[in-house]
Amino acid sequence: MASNILMPKMGYDMEEGKLLRWLKQEGEPVNKGEPVAEIETDKVAIEIEAFASGVLAKILVGPGESAAVGAPIGVIGEPGEKVDTPSVQTAPPAPEPTAEPQGAPPPAMPKPSPSPAPPAVGSEQRIFASPLARRMASEQGIGLEQVQGSGPKGRIVKRDVETALEAASTRMGSMATSPEPLAMAPKVADASGRREPLSGMRRAIARRMSEAMAPIPHFYVTTAISMDAALALRTQINADLPKEDRISVNDLVVKACAVALRKHPSLNARWEEDAIFYPSEVAISVAVAIPDGLIAPDIHSADIKSLGAIGREIRDKATRAKSGQLSPDEYGRGTFTVSNLGMFGVEAFTAIVTPPQSAALAVGAVQPEAVVKEGALAVGQVMRVTVSADHRITDGAGSAQFAAEIKRLLENPLQLLI
Amino acid sequence: MSSVIVVGGGPGGYVAAIRAAQLGLQVTLVEREWLGGVCLNWGCIPTKALLRNAEVLNLFKHAKDWGVAIDGLKADYGVAFDRSRQVADKLVKGIQYLMKKNGIRVVQGRARVLGAGRVQVGAEVLQAAHIILAVGARPRLLPGIEPDGRRVVTSRAALLDNRSAPESILILGGGAIGCEFAYVYGSYGANVTLVEAREHLLPNEDPESSEVLEKSYRAYGYELLLSSRFEGHELTPHGVKAKISTPEGLRTIEAERMLVALGISPNTEELGLEAAGVATERGFITVDEQMRTNVPGIWAVGDCNGRSGLAHVASAQGVVAAEAIAGHRPPELRYADMPRCTYCHPQVASLGLTEAQARDAGYDVQVGRFPLAANGKALALGDATGQVKVVVDGQYGELLGVHLVGPDVTELLPEFGLARAAEATTAEIEHAVHAHPTLSEALHEAVLSAMGRAVHV
Repeated sequence: MASNILMPKMGYDMEEGKLLRWLKQEGEPVNKGEPVAEIETDKVAIEIEAFASGVLAKILVGPGESAAVGAPIGVIGEPGEKVDTPSVQTAPPAPEPTAEPQGAPPPAMPKPSPSPAPPAVGSEQRIFASPLARRMASEQGIGLEQVQGSGPKGRIVKRDVETALEAASTRMGSMATSPEPLAMAPKVADASGRREPLSGMRRAIARRMSEAMAPIPHFYVTTAISMDAALALRTQINADLPKEDRISVNDLVVKACAVALRKHPSLNARWEEDAIFYPSEVAISVAVAIPDGLIAPDIHSADIKSLGAIGREIRDKATRAKSGQLSPDEYGRGTFTVSNLGMFGVEAFTAIVTPPQSAALAVGAVQPEAVVKEGALAVGQVMRVTVSADHRITDGAGSAQFAAEIKRLLENPLQLLI
Repeated sequence: MSSVIVVGGGPGGYVAAIRAAQLGLQVTLVEREWLGGVCLNWGCIPTKALLRNAEVLNLFKHAKDWGVAIDGLKADYGVAFDRSRQVADKLVKGIQYLMKKNGIRVVQGRARVLGAGRVQVGAEVLQAAHIILAVGARPRLLPGIEPDGRRVVTSRAALLDNRSAPESILILGGGAIGCEFAYVYGSYGANVTLVEAREHLLPNEDPESSEVLEKSYRAYGYELLLSSRFEGHELTPHGVKAKISTPEGLRTIEAERMLVALGISPNTEELGLEAAGVATERGFITVDEQMRTNVPGIWAVGDCNGRSGLAHVASAQGVVAAEAIAGHRPPELRYADMPRCTYCHPQVASLGLTEAQARDAGYDVQVGRFPLAANGKALALGDATGQVKVVVDGQYGELLGVHLVGPDVTELLPEFGLARAAEATTAEIEHAVHAHPTLSEALHEAVLSAMGRAVHV
């Protein structure tokens, strides 16, 4: 009995996924639990596993095409089974992507036959679309099955693809006033250059950042921190550690934030329109730059983890983030974000608060500066950090106190070891 | 009681009437003069007949080039004129037949709109749920210009009354009408002076097309006064003496006849529109995309709504109005895609955006050109003046506009019109094999040229 492979929901804000590639061909046998396709969500590339054994009877969503969460992307059937192609548009979303396989799995794995299983005959549904609409859709990376046709007899025409692209760009949350819809791809008359369709990652970042910037009344508090003691402590700690266990300045900052947040819960809170929610946990999202964007894996309970544990966890997650191997439950659930551009020599900057969080810390480089120590001019190692906060939840004084607490902790770093 | 009263029997009105009848509506059509309107009676059709005579005459004039000896060639404009009337009459009879065939009642007389649903014609008050105004337009006149049908004329008198070609003609207006009459009268030996206020003849066309036409006209010996203004005229015993301010200074032009071809004025006076509350702007009736006026139940199609001055657009609007009245949802007309044709020699035809318009619209513009001098069929015809220019979007290969000059190029437009309607791209034109030898190969090559890969240039 045939059953559908559905686009899984891999994160709380995932609306659709893009099919990167099929790992099986139509007609090829698949075993339960075997990867059949690779999809790209907003943030990660992920393999989808077969939930039943049989043959991949039908591919419904081709490489590069996107499908809504819960929509069928392929069909697993028994060898030679005739498969009715479900309508991609009208397929009801699955209640739970990780739900049990629909229908009973075949009793036994089909024996590999000497000749490849005949491809299942699906009722291929022809999509009527103008050549221009087809070309626009393919270059903009949207599947024609997602587009409602308005031309003669429901034919998909240019206008429909433009409308779909506009809707997509609206859905992507362009709350910032964008004068031109994504669809109309602002064409600069005399510009020669390269035009790259948005990746899922870029879209997600664009959406989240503009969702954050417009509704959240941001304000910023910057403080300079003397890092001499922290650097000395780090040297001391690292002296006897193998390279992979050494802690970084950022690890200290993450730990300091987590500890400080315990004392200042309003920066660890969430705005809920008619209430303010204070999570019991402190989870620090650590922004990591990756090839075509950024991602912020979460360090849960950072306030109670040791510096060493925090350091190892950050390095592990950052490495996997860069290769697209982060699993969806490893990001997007933090309560506060630390973004460090110190490695680029940035002195200070401001971060955008990522909803539903209420604050973020932007960390600059540690640099030698002329400082006054005990009444005399000296060279000190100074780092500037900037707190960005949601003014609906916290006020200037609260953030200043939080910044002061981070400063106090980093200037007296032994407290971070408690 | 009818469902629809159509006021005006030109290409807007009679087509609206037929379409409404096809959709099962009871239709009454009111016409004050002749079915077919300007187009059939003193517009598109008779000029095409005259232009054909002019072309044939020119072939004879160049008979020697073709190895045909003709002594004592004499051209009789009166015969050409009579032929043009016969062609027009034949078509008008055809419309009468079509009205009968579709069960449309034709009422002869002047209509006056009394309000929504009521039209007075003579003593009779017609009633219907809907009124489609298709009252057309007439040549626009400047203050101080009074046509006398002999020395100062509009296209109407030229096509209905003037059975002789003048020895000299001063034409005010370098649009399609002015250019076509220049060729007709010029071919019959008139001394032609053509005055255009803007920089080019056919100023709405892509300037490259206009330049080809201007070059041909100058070669025919026509005097072109571009960027020039008519300052006034006086009648003389033999014709007119007009003052024209040109970039080179004030000129006095004497001619046997002056043809005024300065655009159109809507026939919306004395129709009772104001009393009926129908909104107009500079005389043109204001309509929406479905041809609705501001008064429910009153619609306006064709020249009188000022959207376009072209017969085929009027007809298309008539269909839209009729279908909307019948409760259908006709697709909106895309005015940039309406074919534009001028039937002088060489012909000028275009559709879609000019290169400048496409750039203004922000497209990634790519232009392809193909000269007819490199087209085998045009050379075989002995008529290879002209070119095909296409404007395409580099990003998606959308066909944005086509601009043709040359022999019979108006007949090449439909390929592009269909391509636009079907949203074909450069790829579809590229892959469609075009017959050899035909003029249509030039269009194919122009598209290839826009893609950077024309074969024969």
